Amino acid sequence: MNIQRLLAMAYKEALQVWRDPRSLAVALLMPLMQMGLLGYGVSLDIKHVPLCVYDQENSQASRSVVDSFTASSWFTISHTISSEAGIRRAMDRGECAAAIVIPVDFSRTLSATGSAPLQAIFDATDVNTTNIAMGYAQGVVAQANAALTARWAASHGAQPSLVGQVDLEPSVWFNETLESRDFIIPGVVAVILALVGAQLTSLTISREWERGTMEQLISTPVTPLEVMFGKLIPYFAIGLLDAAFCLAVAAFWFHVPFHGSVGILFVTTALFDLVVLGIGYLISVRIRNQLGASQVALLLTMLPTTLLSGYTFPIDQMPAAIQVLTYAVYSRYYVTILRAIFLKGSGLTDLWAPILGLVAYAAIIIWLAARAFRKQL
Amino acid sequence: MSSDSPAVWADGLTKRFASFTAVDHLNLRIEKGEVVGFIGPNGAGKSTTIRMLCGLLRPSEGRASVAGFDVGRQPEEVREHIGYMSQKFSLYGDLTVHENLRFFAGIYRVPHRDLSERMRFAISMAGLEGREDALVRTLAGGWKQRLALGCAILHRPPILFLDEPTSGVEPEARRRFWDLIHELAAGGVAILVSTHYMEEAEYCNRIALINGGRLVAMGTPSELRQRSLGGDLFEIDCVPLGAALKALGTAQGVVEAAIFGDKLHAVLGEGGLSAEELPRFLAEREIRVGSVRPAKPSLEDVFVRLVSTTPETRAAS
Repeated sequence: MNIQRLLAMAYKEALQVWRDPRSLAVALLMPLMQMGLLGYGVSLDIKHVPLCVYDQENSQASRSVVDSFTASSWFTISHTISSEAGIRRAMDRGECAAAIVIPVDFSRTLSATGSAPLQAIFDATDVNTTNIAMGYAQGVVAQANAALTARWAASHGAQPSLVGQVDLEPSVWFNETLESRDFIIPGVVAVILALVGAQLTSLTISREWERGTMEQLISTPVTPLEVMFGKLIPYFAIGLLDAAFCLAVAAFWFHVPFHGSVGILFVTTALFDLVVLGIGYLISVRIRNQLGASQVALLLTMLPTTLLSGYTFPIDQMPAAIQVLTYAVYSRYYVTILRAIFLKGSGLTDLWAPILGLVAYAAIIIWLAARAFRKQL
Repeated sequence: MSSDSPAVWADGLTKRFASFTAVDHLNLRIEKGEVVGFIGPNGAGKSTTIRMLCGLLRPSEGRASVAGFDVGRQPEEVREHIGYMSQKFSLYGDLTVHENLRFFAGIYRVPHRDLSERMRFAISMAGLEGREDALVRTLAGGWKQRLALGCAILHRPPILFLDEPTSGVEPEARRRFWDLIHELAAGGVAILVSTHYMEEAEYCNRIALINGGRLVAMGTPSELRQRSLGGDLFEIDCVPLGAALKALGTAQGVVEAAIFGDKLHAVLGEGGLSAEELPRFLAEREIRVGSVRPAKPSLEDVFVRLVSTTPETRAAS
């Protein structure tokens, strides 16, 4: 490889990116947009679930149950109604996602037997929200229960401790505030890098074919390796800049706690950058038109990175066959590393396996890319 | 490249695409300092041949050597020694004149100390002084072509392949372009230039006529004229034309005679009537002769004739 030719290639490519509004937009605006959208828009936390209350009894006991729902930030009472049909109506209109019905004999049953049924209804069209809201509801009811049971025990002359209250004290590690944003945002960096890196490089060879400049280029003594590395240098730099920007926004704007090593973060980010650039380049060599190449690049980077990397959907919740498949998804390794570095402060001893995965992936992709380009028409 | 070996030679060079034979056993030889015109209709195989000689396409059969290197086995060495202008304009339109030159100088590893001088030469050759910072896509056709030539000669290649470099360029710019070609050839550069402008064939030292992938004829323009006609063409001013035509039709050594406007055209072959004897021959038959002048058939006529009447030359060449 000749350094003069390599630099000539890299400089030319950088000029072309600089003069191409579309590439520039992908390189500079995309990270900003994605970071904003995913940082503010995507949240797996469910708060203020609109709740419809149908209190048939309206007693002190029933009101205390309703109060415990109001007191939690998980639910907001959207309707207080007085008929069964009202629930259906509110749900049909999407005005509430859950409803509780307190039966007319609630406090009587409670004082007679020490327990009373409480009906909760959920709109399960959004399964994910429902599951979480159900969990919240159980939590709220458990709290209410504790209070009621204590009172019941007192009124029956028993010691509250003898009723056998279980006080569950959950303990949360690593993401202490239980913010899903802290969990999501490090992964966003992977999504942005995959998107920007592969999109830009997918155009690089196909553009030369499309514009006819390739014929001139391959009539020169430039070698395929010089073409590849020369072209990748500017995109590699753009990728690292974008990543640095996103990581800085994650740490300083969204205040995602950062516990790990900047060095490991840099090296693994560079490796991941190489992988996605290599994939984009491979696609560009194979598909000689820009539109087709960028579509395929989108398919091969965004899809697996958003769906199969564990970025939004936990891998251990996937069917076994799909879990095996995720090992073929390069973003899986990077997302794992990112999260571990950010939230756990893991070091090399914990992360050697995914790092090795990335190294292997980068080596294979670059090897394939280096062999793909032939100086023939 | 040793001093006496040809700059380019091809022996039985063949390119097949599936069942279609684009170039069919082509033989070619180009010496240093020679401008060879590659002439033929569209689809005759000119571009395919040039691309094989540049190492861009692998020959299906046959061999070719450029600057002493085998195009099939040593394409990289070949590329070090050639400059190539493809048929379609192929510089970077989104880069400036200066940036394009700079890029190709880098790719051709022009030594740093020569860089500014070579680039200045290319810019002045292309007549682009003062427009160094213009984006190339904003340039007119003639300037683009000259810049492309400038980029192709930055590394001073001994051999140039120019594939229809003047197509779509206005006549004035085309003439300037040919001046440049001859300047380069005078410096010893071997140039193979394809064109479909017949008048440009006249500017070439030799012409290779190609049709249907086969070399139909190769030679200097005057050699080809002679070969196509079977003799030399003369324009005879005489009256009456009818009697003169009849007389010449039976005369020995007259290959062909025809009325051309108000004059007579006759092709005189070897071993018969000579041009000097013509006036007396006609006068003896009571035909008044004004003048006998050698005439030049247009090369277009020559090509049509060669392509249509000499299928056997295909096998011979």
